[in-house]
Amino acid sequence: MAQSILKEFNKGLWEQVPPFRLVLGLCPILAVTKSVENAVGMGLASTFVFVFSNLLVAMLRNIIPSKVRIAAYIIIIATFVTVVELVMQAYTYPLFLKLGIFIPLIVVNCIALGRAEAFASKNPPLASVADGLGMGIGYTISLAVVGALRESLGNGTLLGHTVFGPDFLPFRFMLEAPGAFVCLGLVLCVMNLIGKK
Amino acid sequence: MREMIKMVVVLTVLSAFSGGLLASVRTGTKDKIEQQVLKFQKAPAIKQILSDVSNDPLQDRFKIMDKEQELTFFVGKHDGKPDAVTFETAGKGFGGDLGLMVGINIESDAIIGVCVTTHSETPGIGSRAKDDPKFAAQFAGMTMDKNFATKKDGGDIDAMSGATVTSKGVCVAAQQAQDIYTRLKPEIQKQIAQMAN
Repeated sequence: MAQSILKEFNKGLWEQVPPFRLVLGLCPILAVTKSVENAVGMGLASTFVFVFSNLLVAMLRNIIPSKVRIAAYIIIIATFVTVVELVMQAYTYPLFLKLGIFIPLIVVNCIALGRAEAFASKNPPLASVADGLGMGIGYTISLAVVGALRESLGNGTLLGHTVFGPDFLPFRFMLEAPGAFVCLGLVLCVMNLIGKK
Repeated sequence: MREMIKMVVVLTVLSAFSGGLLASVRTGTKDKIEQQVLKFQKAPAIKQILSDVSNDPLQDRFKIMDKEQELTFFVGKHDGKPDAVTFETAGKGFGGDLGLMVGINIESDAIIGVCVTTHSETPGIGSRAKDDPKFAAQFAGMTMDKNFATKKDGGDIDAMSGATVTSKGVCVAAQQAQDIYTRLKPEIQKQIAQMAN
């Protein structure tokens, strides 16, 4: 039992890490990864939503009629997203301003709906929480990696600290939207190379 | 039939539960959010306008209901005498709503200064309304009987070149402030008189 739960948790970290293996949740990874701080904030907000929506969906999995399940999942996910939004507004206001519209947009994040549909609706609550937590942490790390690459190359800083010294000429392209695509593609490529061995 | 009733009941209960949860989170975070908005958006603008006051305008504030809207007025004191108020109005900019903090001297009915609080204007073009002090400085010293419109519209304000829509948005917000101040002046004076006692 404990082993299978650990397995559900682990798979989100590498085997099925959302943006690179499942290739889901790409909108935020392109939009909010201009800095590590934004990326981690977004990742943690998403993690909270995944964990609690998975928990609730799993608890109600035998009650929700299958014909209205998507509507029910959306209600559950939207509720937790709004909770996150209000809490962030109350306690981390500057971060909330930076992430802006992308916090409410977690509602339509494919990972949240995908995990509810593909996993939590068929599994008991504990395994679903482990799945949500694993996916969330995997997602946070992915966002942070892309964020770190883009922030360090595009701005020469990491978490606000200069990393390459004063002579470094920032590669501004990395901070633009096309740079995000290129960066995402490169990380995906490296992950596939490692996975092949 | 049974199934249909079940669908309706499940969705209704779920929505009601979600509504209840959100209402309680909202009530719980409302004051905190108001404080954060004050601290991060309004405070810098108020400090800029009322830079030489002897009190803390954020503490000395009062609210007046204007039609359906509740307006917060921040009072500035010079040598212990409350003679300045600031409040926020809104105009339509190029990229959405634009908030403008307007400071007025209640003895001379002249504008002390204006400052953009929130905006979603194009960086480097419309955002100059906030970043370039020259544009906002034009309002300083104007009395309430002046026409706060761009020169093109028959007023006295030089629009920022390339940012006509933003300039007009700021002017509309300023005109709104003029309108509100003229209409609510007796009420404002009453509140300030109470504060002085």
